[in-house]
Amino acid sequence: MPKDHGIGAPMKRREDVRFLTGRGVYTDDLALHGQAAAVFVRSTVAHGRIKSINPTKAAAMPGVLAIFTGEDFKDVGGNPAGWLINSRDGTPMREPKRPVLAHGKVRHVGDAYAAVIAETLSQAKDAAEQLADDSVIEELPAIVDMKAAVADATNRVHDEIPDNLCFDWGWIEDNRAAVDAAMKAAPHVVTLNLVNNRLVPNAMEPRASIGEYNPGTGDYKLTTTSQNPHLTRLLVAAFVLGIPENKLTVVAPDVGGGFGSKIYHYGEEALVLAAAKKLGRPVRWTAERSESFLTDAHGRDHVTKIELGCTKDGQILAIRTETLANVGAYLSNFSTATPTFLHGTLMAGPYKVPHVYVNVKTVFTNTAPVDAYRGAGRPEATFSLERVIDKMCRELNLDPFEVRRKNLLTPDQFPYTTPVGLVYDTGNYQATLDRAMAMADVAGFDKRAAASKARGKLRGMGLSTWIEACGIAPSHLVGILGSRVGLYDAATVRVNATGNLSVMVGAHSHGQGHETVFAQIVAEKLGVPESSVEIVHGDTSKIPFGMGSYGSRSLAVCGVAVTKAIDKIVAKGKKIAAHMLEASEGDITFEDGKFSVAGTDKAKTFGEIAFSAYVPHNYPLETLEPGLEETAFYDPANFTYPAGAYICEVEVDEGTGKVDVVAFHCADDFGNVMNPMVVEGQVHGGVGQGIGQALCEFTAYDENGQLLTGSYMDYPMPRAEDVPFYNVDYSCQTPCTHNPLGVKGCGEAGAIGSPPAVVNAVIDALHRGGHAHVTHIDMPVSPSRVWQAVNG
Amino acid sequence: MHNFDFAKPSTIADAAKALAADGAQALSGGQTLIPTMKQRLAAPATLVSLTGIAEMQGVCVGDGGLHIGAATPHAVVAKEAAKHYPALADLAGGIGDPAVRSRGTIGGSIANNDPAACYPSAVLASGATVVTNKRKIAADDYFQGLFSTALEEGEFVTSVVFPIPQKAAYVKFNQPASRFALTGVFVAKFANGVRVGVTGAGNDGVFRWAEAERALSADFSASALSGLKVDPAGMNADLHGSAAYRANLVKVLTGRAVMAAG
Ligand SMILES: Cc1cc2nc3c(=O)[nH]c(=O)nc-3n(C[C@H](O)[C@H](O)[C@H](O)COP(=O)(O)OP(=O)(O)OC[C@H]3O[C@@H](n4cnc5c(N)ncnc54)[C@H](O)[C@@H]3O)c2cc1C
Repeated sequence: MPKDHGIGAPMKRREDVRFLTGRGVYTDDLALHGQAAAVFVRSTVAHGRIKSINPTKAAAMPGVLAIFTGEDFKDVGGNPAGWLINSRDGTPMREPKRPVLAHGKVRHVGDAYAAVIAETLSQAKDAAEQLADDSVIEELPAIVDMKAAVADATNRVHDEIPDNLCFDWGWIEDNRAAVDAAMKAAPHVVTLNLVNNRLVPNAMEPRASIGEYNPGTGDYKLTTTSQNPHLTRLLVAAFVLGIPENKLTVVAPDVGGGFGSKIYHYGEEALVLAAAKKLGRPVRWTAERSESFLTDAHGRDHVTKIELGCTKDGQILAIRTETLANVGAYLSNFSTATPTFLHGTLMAGPYKVPHVYVNVKTVFTNTAPVDAYRGAGRPEATFSLERVIDKMCRELNLDPFEVRRKNLLTPDQFPYTTPVGLVYDTGNYQATLDRAMAMADVAGFDKRAAASKARGKLRGMGLSTWIEACGIAPSHLVGILGSRVGLYDAATVRVNATGNLSVMVGAHSHGQGHETVFAQIVAEKLGVPESSVEIVHGDTSKIPFGMGSYGSRSLAVCGVAVTKAIDKIVAKGKKIAAHMLEASEGDITFEDGKFSVAGTDKAKTFGEIAFSAYVPHNYPLETLEPGLEETAFYDPANFTYPAGAYICEVEVDEGTGKVDVVAFHCADDFGNVMNPMVVEGQVHGGVGQGIGQALCEFTAYDENGQLLTGSYMDYPMPRAEDVPFYNVDYSCQTPCTHNPLGVKGCGEAGAIGSPPAVVNAVIDALHRGGHAHVTHIDMPVSPSRVWQAVNG
Repeated sequence: MHNFDFAKPSTIADAAKALAADGAQALSGGQTLIPTMKQRLAAPATLVSLTGIAEMQGVCVGDGGLHIGAATPHAVVAKEAAKHYPALADLAGGIGDPAVRSRGTIGGSIANNDPAACYPSAVLASGATVVTNKRKIAADDYFQGLFSTALEEGEFVTSVVFPIPQKAAYVKFNQPASRFALTGVFVAKFANGVRVGVTGAGNDGVFRWAEAERALSADFSASALSGLKVDPAGMNADLHGSAAYRANLVKVLTGRAVMAAG
């Protein structure tokens, strides 16, 4: 019988009750006394010089309270990049200032160069329209295409950056010559040029921010749609506006999805705070969907050439990649880490590959900033690798399953140091491959293909064996590599006098289910019911500290911080129990919520100990403080390395080019699983996003830098009808060796492992259908592209 | 959205009067007009709602075929036309999503004449008659290219009369984002011949595919189309498909519509 509570139980998500009954409270739901509305004036050209902004007419319009332009913020700080990358030649990356409001130049359509604050939203809109009419912006040629951007030294996104290049990174530069030599010596070399399509994050809740200022105390409060409230506080306070951190509270209430886009600090947050201070009133802004399209940090956008050297029987000898990665017009907070340390370091995949070299040139363009999006760098690496391996199999007429098996690391090889700098602690990649093949009934494929054919469809099967690195750490290492922040997390466990608990966690839940899963862990460890555990997140005034949720780190980093704090609670509880039970501390054991004297029936319940800590009548006050509250910070020793095997089956309609995903099998190794239902949900969502990237989504700018896919009329989101019923399995478990929960993280896996499985399946279907000339189709593998590839 | 006045007449005559005023515009389901207003791309002084006019609502069989009031929502057509003209009901049931279908109307759709809308193909393929507050307009005269129709200033659609074919089917291939018709083909077989209406594909809006009509009138089978070719020159091209791709879809979907019509 499966457990019905505690660790490993498939408990329903407690937060869903409020989400599904419309009782969630999101930023835009808050109505504050005296609130004013902010509307941003955004550039309609991709690149332009701001000649003049004349606020006279707009300022005189009804209800207008204040107007801000870039001039008002020219002396405050810029929104910084969180990771310093050095180029191959040792020079540091170019870091143009990212101002609160554009100053001097506008650099992408949607770049805000002014803001209007008015009594009502429609008054602010009216005045913003007027202000746009009264602004003179001289349009400059737009820089959109990355290759053109680096080739043309005269046209610059940032006047001080001559070749529009942020950096030219080599990983690992010292290995380059050896990789080149191995490639040259390889009996066969496969080359694949591909595009990893740019994605708009499309969180269900658009970004929104409310600034408040209390003139009596000088305190600021920012309520905002953030995955990462403490980082936002640090950035707004210390880097941009110069507010002391102790004078700024950042609250991220219920947040309706982020997928990365809400990790970062954005100028709108600083603006509402500055405006609130100026006006002494709350100032609010909520993005319209078109603003989300234009200004949320986009994802992916790599153009890559990958080469793979191998033996004729498919042993991989060397991998070399060259990538142009778009960062857009400004450096968003993690934009420099994503195409480098979250991408290049994964380029060996789960394979024994002796030689790997990755080169990434990161390019400024007149497009929205690009940053981490679910998977962040790892989907790009996985896609390149799994596609080129598939191409190798076709060129050499090898079985893709056997080729994977031949190259996968084996369990006896861990810990394994890859040629791209990671140390994989544990895994069993053959086991997940076997599991996936059994789930997919690989042997029965021909029969299914025949049935598809009878329905007029081509059927294909695609495989991807993937690995990722979650819970980026440890801080001292990422510091050496250029990170400007630490990557630990924190939790406070507060046991209240009556034995119930408030647990303050640095991870932020915006759909993941932390409120349920963290409570399960606390309940299990302390032997109390889940219902007595409250998980508090998203408020810097309540939580010790946190580095937010992204990179599948919440459980593997913050969850472990929770357990560390619990360990401290138990240790203190033992001291209290020893006193109350008149035993020595060493003789006290804690189990099932009871402190007992070993070998006796003398015991105190957890509740009795808690009560005693707050009503310390019978308490060792000389040696122990009253109260029962502990905080722990946890800085992991290494990344965690979830891995798995995904098998996708598609049907292709040759007449229209439409691809249907008819089956999707996931065999994942996430280490220990805290709540299978939540894990399944994460995999479903991730695979859905991966299928979206593979078949539907794309972001198109025209040559003038206008966003062509700026609404749901043209940006194709995957829908329920585009995805199959997933077949998800997580029974292969090699627990993480360096965290006490043995967990690895599951939030991004689906989005990382699935796109190549889908595309490989489409290519397989076309080959089986006699279209062997089709060796690759760039994502999205949309109907028109499939048809074009077959008929073009 | 800018401010506007709102009128909700209950007769066609009152609506005609209200729409004669300067800056007045008809509002039906608002599925197209309201988003445009929200984006401040349209700012009518007065919206005249046509949804409160009883004589413009509903589906019934009458002279000349099936009469559908212009203000009838797609969901109602999907339900009530099903036993009289299943292919048309099917088309209505495949428009947008339930929210769109419960508000969007046939009158609004054919007045807007979006080149990717579904209804125009059915109106054209059925040889329907568009009835307005002023006159009756044959389908072949009504659609006049992208977003334009024979409607004059102050004129509005009050109903559409569909002759009921012996066999018919609509096959729609979704544009991947909007799920309007990237290409949609409506095939209708009448005693005196076959009509084929194509939406989404033409660079001048909905059109009849004359060669297919000829071939299918002689032999109502998918194989009758095998020798035909659609010229990409007349096709629309955009992010979601080239002209050649749409030309292919026109042929493929026509064949499938014939098969679906049985
Ligand atoms: C998300 C979404 C998906 C959609 N998907 C599809 C689809 O798959 N296929 C499809 O065909 N359509 C689709 N539509 C369009 C929708 O079905 C409506 O048909 C369309 O929006 C117009 O109808 P309406 O009643 O909403 O018109 P309104 O928005 O009220 O009006 C549209 C225009 O027509 C004018 N007008 C309205 N009624 C009349 C009248 N009786 N006489 C003269 N002029 C009039 C108005 O003044 C306005 O200019 C979709 C719409 C949305 C929002």
